Parts: sequence; structure tokens; C-alpha cells
Amino acid sequence: MILNNPATFLSINPSSFGKLSSTSFRMTTAAINAMKSLSVSTNLMHFPAKTSSKLALPQTQQISRQSLHKNVLNFHLSTPRNNRISTYSVPNPPRAVASQSYDALTEPNKKIFHGKCFVVDDNIDTDQIIPAEYLTLVPSKPDEYEKLGSYAMIGLNAKYGRFIEDDQIKTQYPIVIAGANFGCGSSREHAPVALGAAGVKAVVAEYYARIFFRNSVATGEIYPLESECRVCDECKTGDIVTVEIEGNKLINHTTGKEYVLKPIGDAGPVIDAGGIFEYARRTGMIAAPSS
Amino acid sequence: MASPATATAPSTSHLLKYKNGIHYTLATGLTPLNSKATAAWKNKKRTAKFVAAVMAPPQPQQRSPASTGSVKHAMTMTEKILARAAERSQVSPGENVWVKVDNLMTHDVCGPGTIGIFKKEFGSQAKVWDREKIVIIPDHYIFTSDERANRNVDIIRDFALEQNIKYFYDITDRSDFRANPDYKGVCHIALAQEGHCRPGEVLFGTDSHTCNAGAFGQFASGIGNTDAGFIMGTGKLLVKVPATLRFVMDGEMPHFLLAKDLILQIIGEITVSGATYRAMEFSGSTVKSLTMEDRMTLCNMVVEAGGKNGVVDADQITFDYLEGKTSSSFEALYSDEAARYLQEYRFDVSKLEPLVAKPHSPDNRALARECRHIKIDRVYIGSCTGGKTEDFMAAAKIMISAGQKVKVPTFLVPATQKVWMDLYTLPVPGGNGKTCSQIFEEAGCDTPANPNCGACLGGPRDTYARMNVPQVCVSTTNKNFPGRMGHKEGQIYLASPYTAAASALTGFVTDPREFL
Repeated sequence: MILNNPATFLSINPSSFGKLSSTSFRMTTAAINAMKSLSVSTNLMHFPAKTSSKLALPQTQQISRQSLHKNVLNFHLSTPRNNRISTYSVPNPPRAVASQSYDALTEPNKKIFHGKCFVVDDNIDTDQIIPAEYLTLVPSKPDEYEKLGSYAMIGLNAKYGRFIEDDQIKTQYPIVIAGANFGCGSSREHAPVALGAAGVKAVVAEYYARIFFRNSVATGEIYPLESECRVCDECKTGDIVTVEIEGNKLINHTTGKEYVLKPIGDAGPVIDAGGIFEYARRTGMIAAPSS
Repeated sequence: MASPATATAPSTSHLLKYKNGIHYTLATGLTPLNSKATAAWKNKKRTAKFVAAVMAPPQPQQRSPASTGSVKHAMTMTEKILARAAERSQVSPGENVWVKVDNLMTHDVCGPGTIGIFKKEFGSQAKVWDREKIVIIPDHYIFTSDERANRNVDIIRDFALEQNIKYFYDITDRSDFRANPDYKGVCHIALAQEGHCRPGEVLFGTDSHTCNAGAFGQFASGIGNTDAGFIMGTGKLLVKVPATLRFVMDGEMPHFLLAKDLILQIIGEITVSGATYRAMEFSGSTVKSLTMEDRMTLCNMVVEAGGKNGVVDADQITFDYLEGKTSSSFEALYSDEAARYLQEYRFDVSKLEPLVAKPHSPDNRALARECRHIKIDRVYIGSCTGGKTEDFMAAAKIMISAGQKVKVPTFLVPATQKVWMDLYTLPVPGGNGKTCSQIFEEAGCDTPANPNCGACLGGPRDTYARMNVPQVCVSTTNKNFPGRMGHKEGQIYLASPYTAAASALTGFVTDPREFL
């Protein structure tokens, strides 16, 4: 399949993908210029095709519960996280031409997430996202990473409902919709990591606490998107939604309403790459790890 | 360097946009793409290219403002510190700059994750950028039988040994903290007491209350494991320069008020997101009169308002505190007279009253005297916010005044070994030579516990003073979100040590004026 074979992707003529985004291009050269002042190697590396920016994880399959849009949903929800990375093993990934099709099999880099949403409101702090007693789990250890995910949102008030069912370790809600100041509280990176490990793809909030936003981008675990209005007031947990990163929109299929999202901006390519280290490597800022 | 630093600085109205705008960009040296400054730069570039193509005059090299001698605009302390650390003559709020880090702190909860990332990204044989600039302080989950927590301390010890980390405040004998000569306790207080906080420097820590160190006139902010792993390998971090909010406090500090009341006042005023992406600068005659520990309490809770960092001018009080603690040289920086602030708030401190932050948010401000009817189950005095020597002295003062026993279990958790020692050795003013520990014992409080973060954030189930059933607690800690101290339905009232002690004596949330 095209996704699992970066070589196939690399051999595709970039011009068939349409205009290179000037944003990403300029950023790369600017990034390289700025990186020169660093004391580490700035050689632009030939990047070996990587399948994952995280330690190798067993390929976990999300059990899809949706009967609508079965094929598309299965693809998105069952795609292991690392596929996003393997599609971007070229510097300056060209942006796909916008299309109406939801067939992710041929347009994997459109970054569209589809599924049930979980709705919370304002000031959801890190103690609710991942209570402190679970902080003994070290996110860089693969088995503990998975465990962390299984505890995501366990500190929430019961009124929101269960984020992860008792017998599951992954959530059935790939999209979280929140109000103001999502992720406030601690600087613990365990918060966005737990959400990502649980299977969350994107959060759409009114706005974020800065450390949480920064950690989401640096780890590349989730896309922290901002809405123009209080989407959390108009959506209910269980609504089927689609989030289009590049289209800057959220569609609620259950209510039929569409919402404009603020562009992810420069944080986008960092998350696409899989986090700040992958991004820094691709822009020549740091060398590939020496073993 | 490729930077539009020559463009005019963004206007205030532009800065106000950042509350809901793009908060994080990796475009180094570039202002965010939708700013006026960038638009001006874009136009400049386009024009220059066009002229060159037609007339081919020699194109002047783009020079930094310093070399062209163009007028530098006034900067706030935070901007100056970041400019210096980025080796730039000036920076503006909203700019992303790579700064050289003077110190990186991590502890037992985030250390292992940070180390894991460091090794994965830089290689298992990689060396840290500077073995003297990393301070590793186990303090969160120490006195517990939780195996993973104990393993985490082992992980950071192995790393400290492998990398020959100069500052690692180890603990190996959990049964008696005093048997561990290196062990300190709560990281933020240990950093201050061991002389790692110095004016004008840049400090990052894997803990939200790293902003505590801003009391020393330095830039100090909390980060996650990934950013910390990055610093470990490179010694640098990409930072977005925050605009500064200014809080001017004047007037004589009433005898019943403490620094905790001041910061609760501020957070209640601007809300838990009022300072998101902002630096909070504290000034005014009242602030000048505060001790270092008071200033730390103030800066400690900057993050509870969403702030990136907090700063207080370094002055003689700072230099006296640092005397004998550090041999490193430092150069303090101060805000220019004409520096621009996003907002300014003024307080007449003489009019303020003791406060609490009611459940479940640090900005749920209320007057302590209006909560007199709230029955409580316990009192907790501890943490980086309210477990310092002066905090305990204040609590002891109330208990001397009252001459009674506490009506509810009162837990005392000194922040560090030094604080613990002080409780047992220093006489309390007005206590007839008695020490804090004696006064607390007479009042029926629990014996001062092992110095560590304790139950401030709940922790493993067997953590001392953890709230394992729903109860109402008055606490000198910093956060009261649901489940913060353990049980999801626990109710936490944040308060000053005076208010906490007064509440312990009555069994209800109590204004300390009842005893002062």
C-alpha cells in the first residue's frame, strides 16, 4: 500500500501534487539559516525512511464502532500512528491538491480525521487529563506509553461520560472538542501524550494553555486546533464529526453544521513530521541519532 | 541573519491579537506570517528584488539594527533577558528566538521521560551539552513504596552517574531523609537555596512552577520532556518572546496579609488564562519590601494565571540572599523606563483582605471572612508555594496568638531539608524562644513530615497526607483543580499560611484577623 512504502511516495513526480506551499519552503531555508548558530551538526542528512518517530510500537488496531462511512473510518481509525510519519520522508512535503474525496487511500496527506467527538468545556486541566498518580509511567517506554493512554481523561467529572470504556485501552473518540484554556495546569507532557496514546488525533478548543499547546506540537502527538467560536456549546459527545486540517474546518455530520477553524499555521509541519526532533532533523538542525 | 528585525516593532493592538492567534511557530527569527511587521518585511523584500533586477545597483547587505545604529526601542526585563540569551541586540514580543539556556532542571517524575527522549534523539552514547548546567532534583514521589516511582529515582541516578552530572541531589535511604546528605527536597526551593537562581539568567525546568525562580530577576519557565530533551542535547531552546503584563503594588502591607494573598488577588482578577503567553512583571513599593521567599510565592503562581514567566527586579534583598550561595557571576537586567507593557494593573495593597481560592479553580477568589461557614476536614501546609521557612513561621505566629489546639488534622510538609532544620532550630518571633516545631506540637499539629512535594499533587496512593476520600481541605499549595490532592471530589481552598493556620484552629475557613 502506498502509505507503507515511502519509496513509492518518493518516486512520484512532485509536480503532480500541485504548487509547493510557499510557507513550508520559506520556513525550511529560514530554519536552516537560524540553525547555523548551533553547535551541533547542521548537515542536511539524507533521511533514511523511518516508519516511526517513536520507539517501535506494536501495531494496534482501533476497533471501529461506526457503521457509517465504514471504509473511510476504518482506514483512519485503524491506521497506526506512524503512517503519518512515513509519508513525509521527503523534506518539503508537497501539499496535496484539495479534493472533495474522502478516499484517504489515495490522498493520505490531506490530514482529515473522522469519527465520534468527545465534548468537554472550559479549563480542563492536566490533573483531569492525566491524574498525577499515573505520572510514574515513563512515556518514552513503549509499554508504559500505552498504559498512559489507557488512563487518558480518567480524572474527568463523571458528567462527561467515559472517555475510554472499561475493557478498552484506546478511546473511540478520535476528536476532542473543548472550551477555553484546555490543558491548563501542569507542564507535564504526559497530558498530550496520554491523549495521543489513547488514539486522539485532534483537539478542537476555543484556545489552549501555552505549555499544553507547546507540548502537543513538540511531541507531535495531537493537532491542537482552535475554533472561531464555542464549538463545544453546539456539539455533543457521540456526534460524528470530520476535522480537516488543511481545509481549516470542522463538520458535524450529526447536526449538519460546519465550523471554521483557525489555521494550524507553522505548528502544522512540526506535528506532521512527528514532533520537534523529527522536524529539526529534516531541516538540518540536528543530526540523525548516532548509535 | 535572515530576520526582519529591521521592521518596526509591532504595535500594541497587534500584540493583543496574540491571545487567540498563533501561539507557537518554528519560523525562527520571523514574526508570525500574519503580522503587520512581516507584511512590511515582505513588501520591502519584493521591492528590493524588483529594483535590483532593473537597475542593478549594489544591494546593501541586510545588517542587524545594532550595526546600523538604528534606534533601539525600549524593552522589558523579560525581553532583555531573552535578547541577551539569544545574542541579539533586541527582540520584540511575538518573535521566536533561539536562546542559550543557563540551567535546566528536572525531577523524578519527568526526568526519566526526558532522558529517554534525549537518548533516543541524540543517541545512547550521547553526552549532555554541559554537565554543570543540569540540576537533577528528586522531589515528587520519594517517600512511597510505589515501585515505579522508586525505579524512576534509580533511572535519574544512573543517568547522573553516566553523564557525571554535577548537581544531583540524590536520596537512597528512604526511611530517613536526614541520612542522605545530598538530598534537598522540593526542586524550586532547592534551586533557590543552592544558589542556582541568578538574576539575568535563563532557566527551564520540567515543572510548571519553574516560574518560581523569576523572583530572582531571571527568565524561568516550565517545559515538557521533549523540549527538555532538546535542551539536554543542544543547550538551546526556541522561545517565543512574551509580551509583559505589569502589576504595580503600592501601599503598606497589612500585618494580616501575605504574598499568597497578593497573587490570589491577581489571579482572581485576570483569571486562569489571563496571562497566557505573557510575562508577569511585579513592581511597586510593596514588592520592593517583600523578602525573597515572599517574591518566590508571588512568582510561583504565575503559571496558575496561564503566565509564561514572572519577574521581580533584583535588588539588595536579592543580592543579600545570594551571598554565600553562589560563586558564579551574574548581571541583572532591568526594564527600560519607556518599555511597553501590554496591560498595567495597579493595586493599593493597604486595601486588600485575606483571600481564598475556592474549589475548583485558582481564580475562584473569595474573601476568607465570607467563607466562615465552610466546615473543613483538614489543613495542609507545604509545597513550593507555601512550605518555606517563612510560611511555617507565619503559621506558627497564628498558633502562638491563639494558644489553642487545632480542631482538624493539620499536615506540615517542609519543602526542603533546610526548611525542616529551620522548623526545629529557629526561634519564632514572639514565641518566647520556642521553635516552630514546638509550637506546632503544642497546638496538636502532625509532626513535620519528610521534605518533598507530598500531597500537593496527590501522588501514589500511599503518599503522606493524600486525600483518599472526599474531604474539604484548606491548603497553602498552588492548584485546586478536581482530584489535585487525590480524590476527584475533594474540595481544596487555596490560602496563605496565616489563613490556613487560622482555619485549622477553628475547623472552618477563617480570616486570620480573628487571631491577629
